Amino acid sequence: MALTGLEIYKLLPRTNCKECGQPTCLAFAMQLAAGKVSLEKCPHVSEQAKEALGAASRPPIALVKIGAGERVLEIGNETVLFRHEKRFEHPAGIAIKVADNLSAAELASRVETINRLCFDRVGRTHCVDLVAVENVSGDPAVFAAAVKAVKEKTELGMILISEEPEAVAAALAAVAAQRPLIYAATAANYEKMVALAKQHDVPLAVKGENLAELAQLVEKVVAAGAKELVLDTGARKMNQVLADQTQLRRQALKRFRPFGYPSIVFATDPDPVRRVTEAAVSLAKYAGIVVLDTVDPAEILPLITLRLNIYTDPQKPIAVEPKIYEIGAVTPQSPVFVTTNFSLTYFCVAGDVEASRVPAYILTVDTDGTSVLTAWAAGKFTPEKIAAALNESGIGDRVGHRKVIIPGGVAVLSGKLQELSGWEVLVGPRESAGIPAFLKQFWT
Amino acid sequence: MTVTIAKERWSGRCLEAVLGTGSRQVKVGGEATLPFLHFEGEILNPPVVALEVFDASPQEWPDFLCAAYEGVLDDPAAWAKKCVEYGADLVALRLTRIHPDGENASPEEAARVAAAVAAAVDVPLIVLGCGVGEKDAAVLPEVANALAGKNCLLGLATQENYKSIVAGCIANGHAVIASSPLDINLAKQLNILITEMNLDPDRIIIDPSIGALGYGIEYAYSIIERVRTGALMGDKMLAMPVILLVGQEVWKTKEAKTPDAPEWGEQKKRAVLWEVATAVALIHAGGHIAVVRHPESLKHIKAHITKMMQPQQY
Repeated sequence: MALTGLEIYKLLPRTNCKECGQPTCLAFAMQLAAGKVSLEKCPHVSEQAKEALGAASRPPIALVKIGAGERVLEIGNETVLFRHEKRFEHPAGIAIKVADNLSAAELASRVETINRLCFDRVGRTHCVDLVAVENVSGDPAVFAAAVKAVKEKTELGMILISEEPEAVAAALAAVAAQRPLIYAATAANYEKMVALAKQHDVPLAVKGENLAELAQLVEKVVAAGAKELVLDTGARKMNQVLADQTQLRRQALKRFRPFGYPSIVFATDPDPVRRVTEAAVSLAKYAGIVVLDTVDPAEILPLITLRLNIYTDPQKPIAVEPKIYEIGAVTPQSPVFVTTNFSLTYFCVAGDVEASRVPAYILTVDTDGTSVLTAWAAGKFTPEKIAAALNESGIGDRVGHRKVIIPGGVAVLSGKLQELSGWEVLVGPRESAGIPAFLKQFWT
Repeated sequence: MTVTIAKERWSGRCLEAVLGTGSRQVKVGGEATLPFLHFEGEILNPPVVALEVFDASPQEWPDFLCAAYEGVLDDPAAWAKKCVEYGADLVALRLTRIHPDGENASPEEAARVAAAVAAAVDVPLIVLGCGVGEKDAAVLPEVANALAGKNCLLGLATQENYKSIVAGCIANGHAVIASSPLDINLAKQLNILITEMNLDPDRIIIDPSIGALGYGIEYAYSIIERVRTGALMGDKMLAMPVILLVGQEVWKTKEAKTPDAPEWGEQKKRAVLWEVATAVALIHAGGHIAVVRHPESLKHIKAHITKMMQPQQY
């Protein structure tokens, strides 16, 4: 298991020199244990301690990189079973299948559609990560041609799905520099697959029939010299997938080395709702890569969203900059909304203001990224703070009126705020979805 | 190297709650393990799914959702029957007409509607107030009275208004939904307050106030995981089953409400997937009763649960 802060502390110089940026060695040890700083920050640590800490702090699950350039996918390095224990580190990769027996035009159009599977979520773009080319034709030449055609159409990383070393070798000749994931080494072909992975320095998936066989196969593959691995337990029924993923994660955290790699799961059921459901469970439960066989945005959007949610750091609320935001072509007559700088809150309000088609200002108050009611309960969304934001942000110079709209959930603030700021306070709806109706009624 | 299956040895287990009477009685909870991990502990009952019924035709539902209940939207009892035909394990009646800013219907009126719905179906009934604490505290005891002996599930009881609602449940043999705002300590404290009124712990269902997918689901996900691990580690005041009010959250999201869009795909498919994904993710966190709105969501969630209830091969 990873070392605790106290165990690390015993190996530190204990000079409390503060050169690492922490007030004491114990504080530094605690930050190390939480994975928030690196050991190099301490200039006085002994070689002996470095070695001991290095070995112990080696991640229980290896980091694996697939692809090259800007769109490289990093998975692994996970340290917990539950996100509330610390956080989930590297969002799982979402891969979309492409069969190699498609016509050139079909293949090009499918890859272009995959490229467009990008969605704006709370102000950032989130996309699918990998194209999984499958050797359905069984012909190495056809496979290599398809893989090459995919490479020319996309920047995304690739998975080469074929258990035939000959086909993988043919494909790798064209795309090895893109560092695709080879899928997969099995008991029957692993020697040749490992040789290919070593020769081209690419990651290799290892597929067992069950956990026991997988562990044996991983040991052979590692002994043969492959380093970057991705594990497939062979389970295809969802109840078994959940159990196997749980076992992989648990045993890796207990330092069972054969399972110390990220995993790959296939959610390729012909029924759309079923495959999305299974992919959703896999995203929440430890999968490193989820492979789907669909390009419908209605199916991918919920999965991209769930992945973003589950992999959000529970200790760090996502915040936007506290400042004045302009929605649409604002004028001095435009309404002024005030809300908190929690990004989910801001983007809900911004979206609904936009939907009202009334250009408006949104003033976000710095509440350390907490929501309206959370900030209110914690005393971070007070009449004093809102009044200060109104006076100091310069919003008064941008509008001719002196009316501000506050969230309906904090209506009780209105009197005090009016008194402190000198602005007329209008109480808006409780939910931002009511903003269009509110503006129609109260703002002309 | 041989693989030894890693099994946790949990010291506690979830409480089992029984709702309804007769042949369609529903049992939830009682697990001695994390969701669907059959290999390390017993799972007595599968999670269950309820469909919602409004006491008045809903105004803001998209057409394709209303279409599923065509002809019964103005008749709560007929609507409830339709839900049972669709395969709902329970029916959740939402009393929208009692809202003080709306029709402000009286407690007696609400009790009449609830009794009519209860008489129409043989599955257990959940009755949800309008969300205004004071009004719910006035209405739900009256509803509890009218449904005496039917072993219903009433809520939401909050830290502000639980007393009259819990008293109504004790006097008439109902279970209560204890609702707290995404905070495990507040959830626990409310359970303690309610049990101090002498309602049995297995008559309480926890509502952690979930958010929909994309709208804070991760907070609820972690709270529910902590409730479950708390129960399994022996915390009696976290051992109650968890209810997920999925429909009310999902159908106000943009993703469910925006019409067909090229970049987001077809609205109906997207909306149903939003409801299914929200419910399924939270069931895998440890939820027991999912309350949804679209009959297709119900069908898919139930199919998934059936699959997950098959034991694993180790």
